[in-house]
Amino acid sequence: MEASHPVLIVENLSVSFETPDGIVHAVNDVSFVLHRGKTLGIVGESGSGKSVTASSLMRLNNSVTATTSGSVQVSGKDLMAASDDELRQIRGSEIAMVFQDPMSALNPYYTVGAQIAEAYEVHHPNASKSEVQMKVIDMMTKVGIPNPEQRSKDYPHQFSGGMRQRIVIAIALVNDPKILIADEPTTALDVTVQAQILDLMLSLQAENGMAILLITHDLGVIAEVARDVLVMYAGRVVEKADVEDLFEIPTHPYSWGLLGAVSSLDDSHRGQLKTIEGAPPSLLNLPTGCAFHPRCTYSSENNGQCETLVPSLMQKGPEHSSSACHLQSARVVQIGREVGK
Amino acid sequence: MSKPIALEVRNLVKYFPTGHKGFLGRPSQELKAVDGVSFVLSKGETLGIVGESGCGKSTLARLITRLLDPSSGQVILDSQDITHLRGRRLRDVRRQIQMIFQDPYSSLNPRHSVGQIISAPLEVQGIVSGDELMSRVREMMALVGLNPEHYNRYPHEFSGGQRQRIGIARSLILNPSVIIADEPVSALDVSIQAQILNLLEKLQQDLGLSFIFIAHDLSVVRHIADKVAVMYLGKIVEMGPSSAVYGRSLHPYTTALLSAVPVANPKKRGASGRIRLQGDVPSPVNPPSGCRFRTRCWKASELCASHEPPLIDMGEGHLVACHHPMEPSEGAGKPPVER
Ligand SMILES: Nc1ncnc2c1ncn2[C@@H]1O[C@H](COP(=O)(O)OP(=O)(O)O)[C@@H](O)[C@H]1O
Ligand SMILES: Nc1ncnc2c1ncn2[C@@H]1O[C@H](COP(=O)(O)OP(=O)(O)O)[C@@H](O)[C@H]1O
Ligand code: SF4
Ligand SMILES: [Mg+2]
Ligand SMILES: [Mg+2]
Repeated sequence: MEASHPVLIVENLSVSFETPDGIVHAVNDVSFVLHRGKTLGIVGESGSGKSVTASSLMRLNNSVTATTSGSVQVSGKDLMAASDDELRQIRGSEIAMVFQDPMSALNPYYTVGAQIAEAYEVHHPNASKSEVQMKVIDMMTKVGIPNPEQRSKDYPHQFSGGMRQRIVIAIALVNDPKILIADEPTTALDVTVQAQILDLMLSLQAENGMAILLITHDLGVIAEVARDVLVMYAGRVVEKADVEDLFEIPTHPYSWGLLGAVSSLDDSHRGQLKTIEGAPPSLLNLPTGCAFHPRCTYSSENNGQCETLVPSLMQKGPEHSSSACHLQSARVVQIGREVGK
Repeated sequence: MSKPIALEVRNLVKYFPTGHKGFLGRPSQELKAVDGVSFVLSKGETLGIVGESGCGKSTLARLITRLLDPSSGQVILDSQDITHLRGRRLRDVRRQIQMIFQDPYSSLNPRHSVGQIISAPLEVQGIVSGDELMSRVREMMALVGLNPEHYNRYPHEFSGGQRQRIGIARSLILNPSVIIADEPVSALDVSIQAQILNLLEKLQQDLGLSFIFIAHDLSVVRHIADKVAVMYLGKIVEMGPSSAVYGRSLHPYTTALLSAVPVANPKKRGASGRIRLQGDVPSPVNPPSGCRFRTRCWKASELCASHEPPLIDMGEGHLVACHHPMEPSEGAGKPPVER
């Protein structure tokens, strides 16, 4: 048994937004724990609440329209109760974030060196000029940018997409945070560059032991890098599992649908892809009961519960996995094994 | 015995002028977006075109559909050279080759009803009108899995997957023989991707279409294509039956590309034999001499810098442009999923 070091504990997180059309229930009752040195993946289709969950962990959601409830503890500190000063302290040195579009995270008018330096100085106000400069070069080297001394004087547009994402990672990690939240960090990149960036994140993690929360819509990326996985649908966690269990014995009908819908490089999968009929629901007007029921093949097997009762997360199959579904365990395991093979 | 040819592309080239206009207003440099591409598309076949962003896939599509004029080369449709057609004869050709675009959001006019969008090509061609037009539209909507009663609705009332169905219906309304789909599922979620891929496959079989399917997602192309061409910096570096290219890739670039695709199986994680390309794709304004891939290739030799490798048939229609193709002993004999 390896000792576990929780660095982030999220309990019953819910986030809703007030909009002209009504209240959007973006995140509903999400709980998870992130451990030191480990990678937790969140997978789900667009609009399932992944990014809103991530932003809540830095308290980045718009405070005027957003209503947040639940608790978030970062290294033992209550994030929800933190003052603005404490928040500034937490951001960067405890938790840092990397987004899909590196260009939006960078200022086009400053050199990349200046931007790495600035992020460092926020948490090291007394650092000397030469110390800061050394840190900049050190970080650029770490994230694999050739000729760091010279390139630190270049502007963001002088870099390729992959190199820009490396710089964003350098900025995120300059204060040695315990937690890195990466929201679709490779979605905008080509596969060969994606592979480089994922390798980089994992090797930095091996070096400094940070915990990574990796958000993606790509099950392949999850399979390559995550240790534990949350599957989200319509703002809720519908399955929580070890990555190997998720692919071997998935325990939620939505996970079954997702796994069946992925094309693969392996030609044994040719022919009709399995599909999930219909489209995800509007978060303004969620279906009653299990939000997945209008698209679910198995909703007729549960005596009408699917339409009326929200299922809660329970162990249905493997020891460390749980899913929110009204199906009986035996049935779940039977179908899960078939899908997983 | 070979199948009848639907479309042939011969030595197609597109250079875009770029940089500041120099002396006498001539562009100082040229961006070599597509640089000598040739292939044959047989009737009823799906040719997949893969490669990383900027390698020239969309430009190639726009050259074939005559949305762009080539710098040189030929496009031959059903034995007719269509490269320089204009006016009415070009319009006739446009009936036969249709395109499906990536972004179902931006390629549909938000102020037009679905019925108007789908019927627009018919009206441009001026072939049918009134009741017949309406019945063709409804028929087409049903064919692509849309409710024909919704012809009066507007694009924003549809989900992303349904909007792509609208785009597909529009492309099919003129009974084309060739469809060019440029990243048709890239903007969609996986569960919706699968719906659209299944629809495209079914339509192709039912209507006997010839298909060019462009995507950066190698798994999606593996799923749908009979034959695949891999592009790098404006050139085809490898081409052949999908099973051959995916199973025994010969070009180092293809091999590296395949080995970078994340595999949805945690048990195959971090296996050995994975190739990681260093650096970025060079600029298409000044591509490397000789083989364009040589600056990132671990097998590059002096020959690669001095001589451009021609695209050669290595047997059974499996073509490669490389001085040092992969040997089976290098791991290329096994599909990358067995790494
Ligand atoms: N500021 C906001 N105001 C209103 N709705 C929002 C806001 N931010 C996100 N949402 C909505 O919350 C839902 C979840 O969004 P998001 O977390 O971005 O999904 P994902 O990252 O999984 O694609 C979406 O329906 C989105 O439209
Ligand atoms: N109209 C244009 N003018 C100048 N350059 C262009 C134009 N269209 C495309 N390009 C350039 O041509 C190259 C190939 O682009 P494109 O065909 O869109 O690639 P892909 O579709 O494979 O991503 C890129 O370098 C791109 O910037
Ligand atoms: S609770 Fe019912 S509707 Fe929801 S996933 Fe399970 S079987 Fe399907
Ligand atoms: Mg998101
Ligand atoms: Mg393109």
